[in-house]
Amino acid sequence: MASLTSHSATTVGAFTAEVFAAHLARVQHLPAWWLDRKRAAYDRFAALPLPKRTDEGWRFSNLSGLSLAGYKLAEPINHQQVTKQDLGAPGAGTLLLANHQLVYAEPLAAKFTQQGVIFTTLQEALLKHSDLVRPHLLAQPSKLGSAKFVALHEAFLENGAFIYVPRNVTVDLPLGVFHYASGTGTALFPHTLVVAEENAKVTVADFFRSSTGAGAQFACGGNDLYAGHGAQVTYLAMQDWSRETLSFQFNATVARRDTRVLSINLHAGARQARHESFSQLQAPGAHSEMLALTIAHGTQEFDQRTLQIHQAPNTSSNLLYKNALLDQAKTIFSGLIVVDPDAQKTDAYQSNRNLMLSDEAEANSLPGLEIQANDVRCTHGATSARIDAEQEFYLESRGINPTQAQELLVFGFFEEVLGKIENSQLHDSLAEIIREKFKA
Amino acid sequence: MKPITEIDGAPASASPVVGIDQTAGNFSYKVDYAFDAGTGLSEDTVRYISSVKKEAPWILEFRLKALKTFWDKPMPTHWATKDLENIDFQKIRYYLSQGQKPKRTWDEVPDDIKKTFERLGIPEQERKFLAGVEAQFDSEAAYSNIKDIVAKQGVIFVNSTEGLREHPEIFKKFFGKVIPTGDNKFSALNSAVFSGGSFIYVPPGVKVAQPLQAYFRINAENFGQFERTLIIADEGAEVVYMEGCTAPKFSTSTLHSAVVELVALKGAKIQYITVQNWANNVFNLVTKRGVAHEDAEIKWIDCNIGSRLTMKYPGVVLKGERARGEVLSIALANDGQHQDTGAKMVHAANNTTSNIIAKSISVGQGRSTYRGVVHIPKHLKGCKNNTECDALLINTNSRTDTYPAISVRGDRNATQHEASVSKVSEDMIFYMQSRGLTEAQAMSLAVNGFINDLARQFPMEYSVELKRLIDLEMEGSVG
Repeated sequence: MASLTSHSATTVGAFTAEVFAAHLARVQHLPAWWLDRKRAAYDRFAALPLPKRTDEGWRFSNLSGLSLAGYKLAEPINHQQVTKQDLGAPGAGTLLLANHQLVYAEPLAAKFTQQGVIFTTLQEALLKHSDLVRPHLLAQPSKLGSAKFVALHEAFLENGAFIYVPRNVTVDLPLGVFHYASGTGTALFPHTLVVAEENAKVTVADFFRSSTGAGAQFACGGNDLYAGHGAQVTYLAMQDWSRETLSFQFNATVARRDTRVLSINLHAGARQARHESFSQLQAPGAHSEMLALTIAHGTQEFDQRTLQIHQAPNTSSNLLYKNALLDQAKTIFSGLIVVDPDAQKTDAYQSNRNLMLSDEAEANSLPGLEIQANDVRCTHGATSARIDAEQEFYLESRGINPTQAQELLVFGFFEEVLGKIENSQLHDSLAEIIREKFKA
Repeated sequence: MKPITEIDGAPASASPVVGIDQTAGNFSYKVDYAFDAGTGLSEDTVRYISSVKKEAPWILEFRLKALKTFWDKPMPTHWATKDLENIDFQKIRYYLSQGQKPKRTWDEVPDDIKKTFERLGIPEQERKFLAGVEAQFDSEAAYSNIKDIVAKQGVIFVNSTEGLREHPEIFKKFFGKVIPTGDNKFSALNSAVFSGGSFIYVPPGVKVAQPLQAYFRINAENFGQFERTLIIADEGAEVVYMEGCTAPKFSTSTLHSAVVELVALKGAKIQYITVQNWANNVFNLVTKRGVAHEDAEIKWIDCNIGSRLTMKYPGVVLKGERARGEVLSIALANDGQHQDTGAKMVHAANNTTSNIIAKSISVGQGRSTYRGVVHIPKHLKGCKNNTECDALLINTNSRTDTYPAISVRGDRNATQHEASVSKVSEDMIFYMQSRGLTEAQAMSLAVNGFINDLARQFPMEYSVELKRLIDLEMEGSVG
């Protein structure tokens, strides 16, 4: 461990070997295999360089915004600081984690626990269900450029949520997980792990928020979604960190035979937010739907990188990332569909739509394809344009004032994605976040 | 007269699986070179080239500076294929010629060189439909002629050496300005060792009725061809330039690294047509870019059929209001080939428009890649780009990639990009076979149909040539 101190402060920033040791001391009670993995992850993090200008995976990104200096480990907080009003839609269960501590829980109904459904914190899962957690937790490679930050996430991952649904069990209402960051300079490493066994069905919603007036924070979170044969997994993430926050989110989805995985990411908060989503369609009949909505305000930068790999025949995927850009905001969408040599009959779609609502906003699209099988249907599209003048004119001709008309058209733009959310309360709470953001 | 030895006269195997005629240029004749810069690259190589060309001191200085830039720049393998690392710059011959002054009539061209071009049908094409021809053999043009009627209009059509020596007042101003030396590693290499290529100037208002043509031939093994082309169309002028190229298939690889700069001044139109049919051991690493001023139009028509690896992204900088840029690209990648082609559109003025249509066909284990850049910077309005990329995969192990990059600022511009990947539909083949066509004929028809709407836009002679090249015979390769 002594050698680690030799790494220059510029590449580890606040996350020095001493800070890591302090973090390890807090999680000493967790299984040895996990602590070993964390140590290995820290070594990788410290050894890897920060992204360089010539890294393809960081094209167009603001690299100077990635400094890791000035952050500190999350401190324990007073439970009273977090109120239940923060909770959104009622569902099958809720966990509220503030600075990695469980401060509130609405446990699962007995009918689910009796069927073997597990909904608990990641720490408890590591202690009690180690065999269920181990094969899936951060088990997928990092392929989208953030190996260093993924290692940082693993090294400092302190707590999160674990959802396990056994075979043939349906959890009909959503499970909600709230990740709350309190205090200026706080570094948070949230994680949600969803394991749906054969023919299981579950909906999980992650909410990410900062305490009011939190200032600059650092969020480096991840989620692993595993859908066993025939499983249906719906995952929603609502990122609404403070506007000074540097945010990373890493998603890894594994879809087995005849699965349906739907993930919807709403990006509203942070100063600079990078989201990496990696979907593997591993067996015939797998279907993955990757949707995202971004409202970019002020000088925010949203950097979204996606990879959908079709590894087996007869798989399908659909990606739709919609960005609305205001002020001097900047978005980057870089997506890649990979069709492996044997993945015949793949049907893959990828689309990035940028709605330019300001003359100073900047949208960058890098939609990519790598196709190595010939009997496939792969298309992608990327557009950038302002609101359709004809639609605007039509609404105004019907007596709707320009501001309202614009709002209606922007909501129309988002509804294509929001409409995919089956649960109406979840739909409404997402719509509300968007509305608030527009008011701001 | 020197004896002519035919080294490899007979076309190589006609590759019946794919049946695309990439062998038309697969022959070479033994030629004695009067000037040879030897093998490998150093300052001495550059000085040798400059001295045999009797260049002005500023050109030598330009070359030496470029050589340094070339050494300093890393290989772009962080985004490009690792195959580039297989180029050994010290095993290449950088300058080979029989003399520096091109002949004005075919009779004067030495027999051994003339025979090559006759076999490729160049003199015949010149008589039929061209306004001027330049035929480059390894490093220098062996033949260069322009029809009197065109010359009388004031059109200048010379090689790069002559252009810089005899018309510095016209060419020096734009030389190396559209594509700076340091643009990329290979433009730097070209700037250091360039030889040959065409320098064209079309005076204001002159519309050159017939195309000007250049034909590039690599004859020697381990040779690197580095031609440099600069075309300036003055206000309201119009010109069509076509280039073709072939090389015999040697056992070792060959390098072709050209730099082509176009300048279309106010209201001018330049159309640049390439049918690239290098042998499939040629590394073809070419930088092509044009600047379109107010109301000007630059159109690149780029067909890549040959080479081992082609990396070429013709670009247009839309510098003046209402300028228009267009790239029409057809790529065909066969076994062992990688066509990494695309387009680059940089909008730099209001109300500029650009259009990119790229179609690629991958056969066997061929790989075709589209790489594009569309850039609309701050505070522009009324800019529009349309990009369409379609890829056709013939065999189960064919490969295609698409990597566009689109950056837009502001709400007064619009871009759209669309790409699709497909195979030849079995229904279509079945239907045609039920009408009595063989499977191969049906496939050939389907592939020609795929590129037809693009090929139609080519001058007739070229679209016929292209159709012939893509005359597929693919018995048993469907499905």
